[in-house]
Amino acid sequence: MVEWTECERATIKDIFAKLDYDSVGPAALSRCLVVYPWTQRYFSKFGNLYNAAAIMGNPNVAKHGKIILHDLERGVKNMDNLKETYADLSVLHSEKLHVDPDNFKLISDCLTIVVASRMGKAFTGEVQAALQKFLAAVVSALGRQYH
Amino acid sequence: MLSKKEKELIADIWESLTPVAEDIGADALLRMFASYPGTKTYFSHLDISPRSAHLLSHGKKIVLAIAEGAQDIGQLTVTLAPLQTLHAYQLRIDPTNFKLFSHCMLVALACHMGEDFTPVAHAAMDKYLSAFAAVLSEKYR
Repeated sequence: MVEWTECERATIKDIFAKLDYDSVGPAALSRCLVVYPWTQRYFSKFGNLYNAAAIMGNPNVAKHGKIILHDLERGVKNMDNLKETYADLSVLHSEKLHVDPDNFKLISDCLTIVVASRMGKAFTGEVQAALQKFLAAVVSALGRQYH
Repeated sequence: MLSKKEKELIADIWESLTPVAEDIGADALLRMFASYPGTKTYFSHLDISPRSAHLLSHGKKIVLAIAEGAQDIGQLTVTLAPLQTLHAYQLRIDPTNFKLFSHCMLVALACHMGEDFTPVAHAAMDKYLSAFAAVLSEKYR
């Protein structure tokens, strides 16, 4: 189990308290599809992903981005129990969606960049480290049920 | 693979960052030390506390080299030849660290540029920094 300092807990809760989920979620997912185009392989039913503009304006991408952020919130509320929190989603991504777990790191990096661009100077090295530790723990929990 | 448009975009961004080279460079380094403490082992001979003279000067050096490479990406192997030798035979930094630094540089750019660090700019920059790191490690073996 991951050990969290009080400072890390407070930092994570603070970041998510200030985030506009419905904006950041779509921004992170669409950024991932632009920066790492091979991730589009999982979204063939989403419609037009032909270029960056199409991806950024795609309503299915936006909807899914919001779902992802709201699911991350569950992790923020259950930081000491991430494995159980994400067990169902892990099974879903493995057995139904067949997503290579390496992709979880890609979207997590894109989310970090989006949060950085929103928070600017407030996104210090320490804040970045805490967020990355949290996202890495979520990514690990999401990969746990793969076999 | 970088398109002509992406090369121009990258050259423009780095040219605009040259005046704040030491701030961006130092910021990226500090982020790397905070997130990946193992990277500090390469700097045991320097004072890498925030705003230290060593950190600023080192950050500046790195950013200026990246900016210089950006002015003619097709010639990276020529431009970086001396740095290739330095990293391969003297510094011998494990190349996995280049990925860590590149990530922190992207974060530094996002903080600095905000909304201007668009997904298209991010994609181009990620590709450029990967190419830069690959060229830098070419003489390792």
